[in-house]
Amino acid sequence: MKQKIACIAFLLIGLLTNLNAQTKKTAPAKASAKTEPSLANGKLLYKKHCLVCHQADGGGVMGLNPPLIKTDYVLGDPKRLINILLKGLNEEIEIDGDTYANPMPALGHLSDEEVADVLSFVRNSFGNKASVITRDQVKAVRVTKK
Amino acid sequence: MRKKIIIPLSVTCFLLVGSLCAFMYKHNAEITPFKADADQAGLKLPTGFGASKVIDNIGKARHIVLTKDGSVYIKLMRMVNGKGILFLQDKDKDGKYEVQTSFGNYGGTGITIKNGYLYASSDKEVFRYQLNDQEQVIDPDNPEKIITGLLAGKQHQTKSIVLDNENNIYVNIGAPTNSCQENDRGLESKGKAGCPILDSAGGIWQFKANQLNQSYHNGIRYATGIRNVMGLDWNTENNTLYVMQHGRDNLNSSWPKLFNEKQSAETPAEVMYMVKKGDNAGWPYIYYDSALQKKILAPEYGGDGKKEGSSDYIDPIADFPAHMAPNALLFYTGNMFPARYKNGAFIAFHGSWNRAPEKQAGYFVVFVPFANGKPSGKWEVFADGFSGLDAVMVPREAQHRPCGLAQAPDGSLFVTDDVKGTVYRIGYSSKNKLP
Repeated sequence: MKQKIACIAFLLIGLLTNLNAQTKKTAPAKASAKTEPSLANGKLLYKKHCLVCHQADGGGVMGLNPPLIKTDYVLGDPKRLINILLKGLNEEIEIDGDTYANPMPALGHLSDEEVADVLSFVRNSFGNKASVITRDQVKAVRVTKK
Repeated sequence: MRKKIIIPLSVTCFLLVGSLCAFMYKHNAEITPFKADADQAGLKLPTGFGASKVIDNIGKARHIVLTKDGSVYIKLMRMVNGKGILFLQDKDKDGKYEVQTSFGNYGGTGITIKNGYLYASSDKEVFRYQLNDQEQVIDPDNPEKIITGLLAGKQHQTKSIVLDNENNIYVNIGAPTNSCQENDRGLESKGKAGCPILDSAGGIWQFKANQLNQSYHNGIRYATGIRNVMGLDWNTENNTLYVMQHGRDNLNSSWPKLFNEKQSAETPAEVMYMVKKGDNAGWPYIYYDSALQKKILAPEYGGDGKKEGSSDYIDPIADFPAHMAPNALLFYTGNMFPARYKNGAFIAFHGSWNRAPEKQAGYFVVFVPFANGKPSGKWEVFADGFSGLDAVMVPREAQHRPCGLAQAPDGSLFVTDDVKGTVYRIGYSSKNKLP
């Protein structure tokens, strides 16, 4: 009897870990099949990593942190935008005649998926409307610009 | 007979015209008596005080100084029509100022008058202009460059200036980083060993006011370990320099395992230091925690939010809520305000951004009563309402942000705003007192 219980327990554990492993495998596979980033997750990531400087409305801070509202940096070339996130930005930039010079730290510790999520959120928030960024795009930039 | 009349008549005429001229000159040589706007210029003030807007839309108005006849010089952060200093007067004596001239082909923050000279700063240099008897600049196109080659990073690059009574000029040189990390504002990035930038920034430097082309090799690092200063003043009561530090940012975004968002919004304090030659205030190794009332070791240098830093560093003499950005400091020596304001400190808090997602703070002018060179009571909000909002959630919604302070010859207080370029004048009358 004791042996039977032990067997069933083992089986159950095996089954559960197996299931777990499967879901772990299938979840990213699904996402990459759709290549759809999650704007909801992007919003959470924005709050955690970006909001303190770029502010809740994406409006930035005069003279310090650039706005993310309808600027070419956000809406233009995705590669440049991905690079800014991965490598940071340490130069003064000009937007609509105003300059912004606070350095932005690199956020390369975020995963390809997280970078895709947060950039897609930024490109489709604060009045912005632009194509989403996929994790494959992020991966490509990360690989080429070491 | 005729001659006898004509001579006294012409003498009388001459005397009359002369005294009229003298009267008009005297009248013109004095600041227009203060009169508050009906809406107090949108400001909330203590009982008895009133405010007026003396001019609007002049650009990014930073520091300000008044002449003995009530004329005004203002430094613009960004030039307007290629000029960075404005000269304002109220010629028709209606209480509103008009821009008379502009000069100086550089943007910047600092401006002050001392001993017959106007001093003004760009982010790397300090210039001076000789003044005439009416304290007007004689040759606006040919200033003397007294200090040059100062470090100006991509942050904290502005230079504020003040003189003592021995012809020395004090210049803040802000540290070009947040906390001297390997990767500025980066995630869990450690502080650089020995923070080498302290040899040329993160402190107050002293130069001679009357020597040309001075730079680091002629100057004295008067005090170090001060992250960034915009508000500084020379207290003439005890002949001592006082500065307001802009405290560090990003405790949460750089050190999320040690500080949550709320702690990061409320730490560290913005502090006032009484600075003596050779002092070290401890940036980047420590910050001041108002709740703990202690100098705490910075996480970049092994701190955990609780460990105390070295006691070798000087203590602040006053502390204020975090991130409020003190952009101007002024010791009041005038006679217009009630006696308790005499020799006390006014501080213009530009307003925070590093409190997000919490509500922002500052965007007001504060008063701290002083006795014997030390605060004698708690700080209080003196002038509020600049932002035009009940609560500032994001900085760009603030309509005005106080940035510069100056005392007028009649004792009224001038305040600049660098968002819309408004200049406020705050005055006091016992008649304004509520019954």
